[in-house]
Amino acid sequence: MARTTLARAARPGATGPGDAAARVAAPQGAVSRAVGAFADRRAARRYAAFLGALALAAIALAWFTLAWDNPMEPGTRGFWLIAKLRATSLVVMAIVAVSQALATVAFQTVTDNRIITPSILGFESLYTAIQTTAVYLLGVSGVLVLQGTPQFLLQVALMVGLAVALYGTLLTGRRGNMQIMLLVGIVVGGGLGSVASFMRRLLSPSEFDVLAARMFGAVTNAQDEYIVPAIVLVALASALLLAGTRRLNVLAQGRDTAVNLGVDHRRGVLATLVLVSILIAVSTALVGPMTFFGFLVAALTYQAAGTHDHRYVLPMAALLGFVVLAGAYAVMNHVFSAQGVVSIIIELVGGTAFLLVILRKGRL
Amino acid sequence: MIRCQGVTKSYGEHATIGPIDLEIPTGGVTALVGPNGAGKSTLLTMIGRLLPLDAGTIEVCGHDVRATPSRKLAHVLSILRQENHISTRLTVRQLVGFGRFPHSQGRLTARDQQAVSDAIDFLDLAALEGRYLDELSGGQRQRAYVAMVLAQETEVLLLDEPLNNLDMQHSVAMMKQLDAAARELGRTVVIVLHDINFAARYADRICAMKDGRVVEYGPSAEIMRADVLTRVFDTDVQVIDGPDGPLAVYY
Repeated sequence: MARTTLARAARPGATGPGDAAARVAAPQGAVSRAVGAFADRRAARRYAAFLGALALAAIALAWFTLAWDNPMEPGTRGFWLIAKLRATSLVVMAIVAVSQALATVAFQTVTDNRIITPSILGFESLYTAIQTTAVYLLGVSGVLVLQGTPQFLLQVALMVGLAVALYGTLLTGRRGNMQIMLLVGIVVGGGLGSVASFMRRLLSPSEFDVLAARMFGAVTNAQDEYIVPAIVLVALASALLLAGTRRLNVLAQGRDTAVNLGVDHRRGVLATLVLVSILIAVSTALVGPMTFFGFLVAALTYQAAGTHDHRYVLPMAALLGFVVLAGAYAVMNHVFSAQGVVSIIIELVGGTAFLLVILRKGRL
Repeated sequence: MIRCQGVTKSYGEHATIGPIDLEIPTGGVTALVGPNGAGKSTLLTMIGRLLPLDAGTIEVCGHDVRATPSRKLAHVLSILRQENHISTRLTVRQLVGFGRFPHSQGRLTARDQQAVSDAIDFLDLAALEGRYLDELSGGQRQRAYVAMVLAQETEVLLLDEPLNNLDMQHSVAMMKQLDAAARELGRTVVIVLHDINFAARYADRICAMKDGRVVEYGPSAEIMRADVLTRVFDTDVQVIDGPDGPLAVYY
């Protein structure tokens, strides 16, 4: 019974000699025992060091993007003119990195699944289907029809609408069930994908060529005029997501624990999924499908961050996303001279890096 | 004080729970016992508002669990389910810290840290508080979860088979700790138990359920009778005098 005696001695409010002294000493002990987001100081230091390294890498890559192969002397007026043209790509990469990284981490949290990406809900298939339908019906000029801010916003609205309809019907019903929602998402995505690939078979080679350029995620797909509305939407959704990180931490503990702790689980999950769908829709409508990118960033972030706390995980994911994207962009542009198509290199290099990390650590 | 009036819940056509009328007074340990499928866990999860009821009312400390905001109820009652699977990687102390969420919404104050330390010490987990949950044995993990709901500092504590997966030593220790929580911290503990002898030894009251209804309810000594237990469990049960009170023998 030594175990119980021990517990009894440590129990608060127990009466007995020497207890008053123990109580006086207790608050200090409790505070020194306190841990927050990190298990110990070493983990906190590791996080800070890694975040610092990522920030440096991000700055270096941003400078590299602006200055590499810039024919003018750094600092001159001509240099900045050229840099300004390239700055658009940087802004697009930042938007995509933030939206994909935050959305994927939050989506994995509320679905309680670390090997899943929001694209499972059919965003990318819908994007592909819209693009293909335009080219199929209107020929090469179809791509032009889809360009313009209203069209961009319409595509975003369609994707968010599809996602919200899916959550709304499948999560709020009497038999609301996350697994079924994900399954329906996959089926809808698969259906849209098949329709699109059927239409692609009927295209002429030149039309197919135009379309194919839109099917890979590419920074150059983004039009300048989309950037302001995209920034507004992403900033708004990200701010809301970051404001709810403490609630997100509780949602990660599963429904029963969340309800026990007084968090409205269904409302929390729905609100998070709506924000996720806005982020992914903007990113997809801006640059095209990036299936693997968010997943890769989320997995690498969890390996590096050493904490469960979304207040720390989300910023690191966004920064890591930017570094991966800008790195891939630099390699694609300057090593392979294949302007723009970054999703290919992300899937190649990123996939390999991901496999190495998983095999070495043995867990997600 | 927990008051259930005309509580019903139906699953399809055949399985129906209730109507249940039950009053559990403040303080002490109340054990819910009964055969598989009797509705013990269902009743517990309805009291803990994890499962909506089809009809009737449940009041916990004067709060109607259907009408009271969940956030407010989290100050009054805490509930621990049988299976707790989490995919995030937490240390024991981080997990127990979640129990303070209703009080501080995730911003732990010195007072919260004190409550977390107290709960950890109470369940004798101080040496393990820096360990990750996936590095613990099943029994240690179970104790960490109990520490979390204890740190919530609610008047009512609902536990669904907390002795599941625990060996003899840890079962006894867990029941002693819950008994102490009821007696010395003044909590009202309602617990689903599988082993009638644990209920006899540690519970003040036993509520026996069968086919979705409460069939026997009273002080443990009154329930621990051969005829009552035989009826409840549909098994021949003999009750003998043990060193710490009556023992049911049914093997």
